[in-house]
Amino acid sequence: MRLTLSSSPHQRVRRDTGQVMRLVIYAMVPGIIAQTVIFGWGVLIQSVIACTTALLAEGLIVYLRKRPVDRTLGDCSALLTALLIAVSIPPALPWWMTVIGTLFAIAVAKQVYGGLGFNIFNPAMVAYVVLLISFPAAMTMWLPPQSLSTLSPGFVDMLSVIFTGYTMQGYDVGQLKQLTDGLTSATPLDTLKTGLTQGMTYSEVLSRPAFDSGLFDAMGAGWGWVSLAYLLGGLMLIQQRVISWHIPGSLLVSVFIFASMLHLANGDLYASPIFHLTNGAVMIGAFFIATDPVSASTTSRGRLIFGAAIGFWVVIIRTFGGYPDAVAFGVLLMNMAVPLIDYYTRPRTYGHAAKSNRKK
Amino acid sequence: MVPSYEDIIERLNSHKLWDFPGGVHPDDKKTLSNTSGIQRVALPDLFTLPLRQHVGMEGGCIVDVGDRVKKGQPLTQSTNPYAVPVHAPSSGEVVAIAPHVIAHPSGLTEMCISIRPDGEDSWTELAPMADYRAYEKSELIEAICNAGISGLGGAGFPTHIKTSSSKPVEFLIINGIECEPYITADDRLMREYAWQIRQGIDILTHLVGPKAIVIAVEDNKPEAIEALRLACQDKTDYRIVPVETKYPAGGEKQLIQIITGREVPRNGLPADIGILMFNVGTAYAIADAIISGKPLIERVVTLTGEAAGQPCNVWARLGTPVGHLLDHAEYQPEKQRAPRVIMGGPMMGFALADLNIPIVKITNCLLVPGKRELADDDVERPCIRCSECADACPASLLPQQLFWHAKAKEHDKVQEYNLFDCIECGACAYVCPSEIPLVHYYRQAKSAIRLERDERNKAEKARLRFEARKARLEQEKREREERHRKAKEARMAASENKGSTGSKDKVAAALARAKAKKQSQQSAGTASQPPEDKKAQVAAAVARAKAKKATRQSDTSLPSEPDAAPSEGSDDKQEKVAAAIARAKAKKAQRDSPEQQDVTSPLSDESPQADEDDKKQRVAAAVARAKAKKQAREASLEESADSSDERADNQSSTSDKDARIAAAVARAKAKKAQRDMPRQSNEHSARDEAAKQENTAEDEKRQRIAAAVAKAKAKKAARNTDSENE
Repeated sequence: MRLTLSSSPHQRVRRDTGQVMRLVIYAMVPGIIAQTVIFGWGVLIQSVIACTTALLAEGLIVYLRKRPVDRTLGDCSALLTALLIAVSIPPALPWWMTVIGTLFAIAVAKQVYGGLGFNIFNPAMVAYVVLLISFPAAMTMWLPPQSLSTLSPGFVDMLSVIFTGYTMQGYDVGQLKQLTDGLTSATPLDTLKTGLTQGMTYSEVLSRPAFDSGLFDAMGAGWGWVSLAYLLGGLMLIQQRVISWHIPGSLLVSVFIFASMLHLANGDLYASPIFHLTNGAVMIGAFFIATDPVSASTTSRGRLIFGAAIGFWVVIIRTFGGYPDAVAFGVLLMNMAVPLIDYYTRPRTYGHAAKSNRKK
Repeated sequence: MVPSYEDIIERLNSHKLWDFPGGVHPDDKKTLSNTSGIQRVALPDLFTLPLRQHVGMEGGCIVDVGDRVKKGQPLTQSTNPYAVPVHAPSSGEVVAIAPHVIAHPSGLTEMCISIRPDGEDSWTELAPMADYRAYEKSELIEAICNAGISGLGGAGFPTHIKTSSSKPVEFLIINGIECEPYITADDRLMREYAWQIRQGIDILTHLVGPKAIVIAVEDNKPEAIEALRLACQDKTDYRIVPVETKYPAGGEKQLIQIITGREVPRNGLPADIGILMFNVGTAYAIADAIISGKPLIERVVTLTGEAAGQPCNVWARLGTPVGHLLDHAEYQPEKQRAPRVIMGGPMMGFALADLNIPIVKITNCLLVPGKRELADDDVERPCIRCSECADACPASLLPQQLFWHAKAKEHDKVQEYNLFDCIECGACAYVCPSEIPLVHYYRQAKSAIRLERDERNKAEKARLRFEARKARLEQEKREREERHRKAKEARMAASENKGSTGSKDKVAAALARAKAKKQSQQSAGTASQPPEDKKAQVAAAVARAKAKKATRQSDTSLPSEPDAAPSEGSDDKQEKVAAAIARAKAKKAQRDSPEQQDVTSPLSDESPQADEDDKKQRVAAAVARAKAKKQAREASLEESADSSDERADNQSSTSDKDARIAAAVARAKAKKAQRDMPRQSNEHSARDEAAKQENTAEDEKRQRIAAAVAKAKAKKAARNTDSENE
């Protein structure tokens, strides 16, 4: 009888890469639902555009590289990247920008480096930054929460805006931003930035309708709820042991600490930690973006440093930089530092003296 | 901070333990096989016992084909401290001593003794030492060694070596963890033979005198813990410590960390930190050996898996073919996708290539997984650096980095990431979502690095040898030239004196010659390196003696020398080249200055005329010299290799030995041929470099024939040696 040979271990945990990626996608569902409920259908339409583009692009490139197409698409990593792009761009972004961003993420940021596992940078964040730098105006055209909006476009209107630039009634994106009080909407982060440049104090800015959330003063209307939904999804991921607590934990703590330091130093100029934590992409960044295993640090201590440094950059760039949000920049900056961090945070191996690691 | 003895005791008293990093919780499937008692198995048709059953050396075989042996009779003799004997598992007849496939991941064959049982199963005479306290400790240790006991837990380290450690022992830890899924051999042993295990612990305690005794059992075996408690209830100093179930808590290093919080230093042994650890099975075997005098001829083996109709534990005699035991457990290959038998557990065991592979001392489980039971080898996907593996690693390595560098064959990098601290527990590959066979990569990298290291060492040795040889040849050349010059002067002086009285002339010439000779002798004497011939002779004699001894001792192979054997190829070549050079030189020297050579060459000091024959003889002598040197070098190499403590399993020394024997025989023949012709000079002798020549003018014909014969023989011997070495 011929016996089959195989290498130990013969027993394996039954969770493969595809399942890991799918679990992350499931954990994004609460956040996507919140975004849809609060900001309209745009995010779903963008998701479809991004996912289609990503799958086609990945499939084609993998085919050209003579790799197994079905298995590569089956790992769902392209799908996850596409979703992360879709939720971080303005919902009314013209479709071709979404396509360009997604193509760039898959083709350049991921496959040019060798595909899954070899990319240095987080593909979704590369796409975001490329779009932000290329199309700064369109990329800051965030629609107001539907409760505040005068027009609140429906599904068909949104589809029309994305593909033609105008709703069925002929309104453009700028008009969609009109608020009930006649002012133009802006994201809370934008509001703060412009408010401060106009000489307002932080507490004066908080009285604007963008912050009318009903939970915390500093929590943006609508935005805060989206953040909380992503927090929920993220906690699910930790509970499912898909991600470790190190990166989100240290990122959030670091945002809190640095924001508190600035806020305590001058409460009129610098926003409170609650403001920083509940607005913009900090929550989704902490749980879904910075934790991308490929481009993040891999050692426990390294992850703490990685997360904390992103938190630092977020607060610093938001406060002193030119862009209202900074999660993408923070993540990409720290992606670059990962090899260095990993090298210097190697754990002490069993049986080795405490300092021999560093001496060598 | 290394926890002190007092700290540890305090923690143990308050039922607190340490933890090791990482670890995994695989489905342990122990209930498949742990519900029924340990069963007896019918005798197989044939036992096959590898001479080497454990790490360490193989013992020399002391039985012959056709011998009748009794159950428990030793079959091998341990000559090396790392070798323990193997015993006949039942009474019967030795039917073969030949290579047989053994329990090794790569399906290696090794020398095995095959015994056909006669069915009587009668014991040899046993020598129990039940009142072991009345014996010297050294006697007990010897008895443990003679009983063939090596660690039954995994690595199979000879037990008597551990017990004879001279370092003070603070903790004696008895390992009843059995953390591998599926395996329940130790579990059943503890439940059913707790008293014998306790006796074994008593003996170990008597031998090593520890300050504290800890019996560690994973908390998923409450029955075993209870049984041990009962057996040790009168021994208040035996601490039975339940340990949280986590793989690989049963690894020696991990268990030490759990119990004491200490870590075995890199390249160190547990004894270095005052700890000795024995498996419960080993404790049982010690009790068996000392109390009843029974050597280790059987052990408990778990037969399990969904393709086994009757999963169970059995007392398996060592040497029983795997297939025989699987028949007992009603193995059904059709329940598997493809026939697959794993020796050991699902985490660290290896798939067997053949059902005739025998059970050995470290076999604790045979696992036949069903169709959907264990993952098949799936295609690996790219590493996504999720570092699940790093979180699972009990040695705090970074498996993802190791994998990256191992795959790229960056051997310096993998070593920088401490590849050799990997215990190959498989926790990393177990959790890997990309299904990368990480351990496989590490094993490959490890063996590649070991090979590289060996080759580097060999090259270094070859370089040293080559340089020494070059220096020696240069020295010889200088000396020769000096002699030539002196002799020439002497001759010229002699010829100047020609014309005066004949007798005076002759006397002067003789004087000059004598002087030249004396000088040459002196210079040879003062040379930094003693003449090669003597050394070569001695070495060759040593080699010859060794070869003889080897043949006398047994026809099985000797403990092999890892360095000597593989280096033969290059040596051979070098030797051939050296011989060729020597030959060419001899020829050239003669062509260049036939006259001078006649007078001054050390080969022909006393022969005034050279002839064609002479030349040939010298060539032959040179060839023979080169060969003798080779012999000498081989011999010395072996000697140096003997002292090296590398214990690689290498079998090729047999051919080496054969070659040596052949060479020795050829040499002896050549010698005899010379002796038969008394007037023949002995310059043809294979080892005699100096080859003092006598009268070549006489008996030219006979000499020529003799030379031809000797040369042919030497050549043939050389050919034999070469071909066999290659």
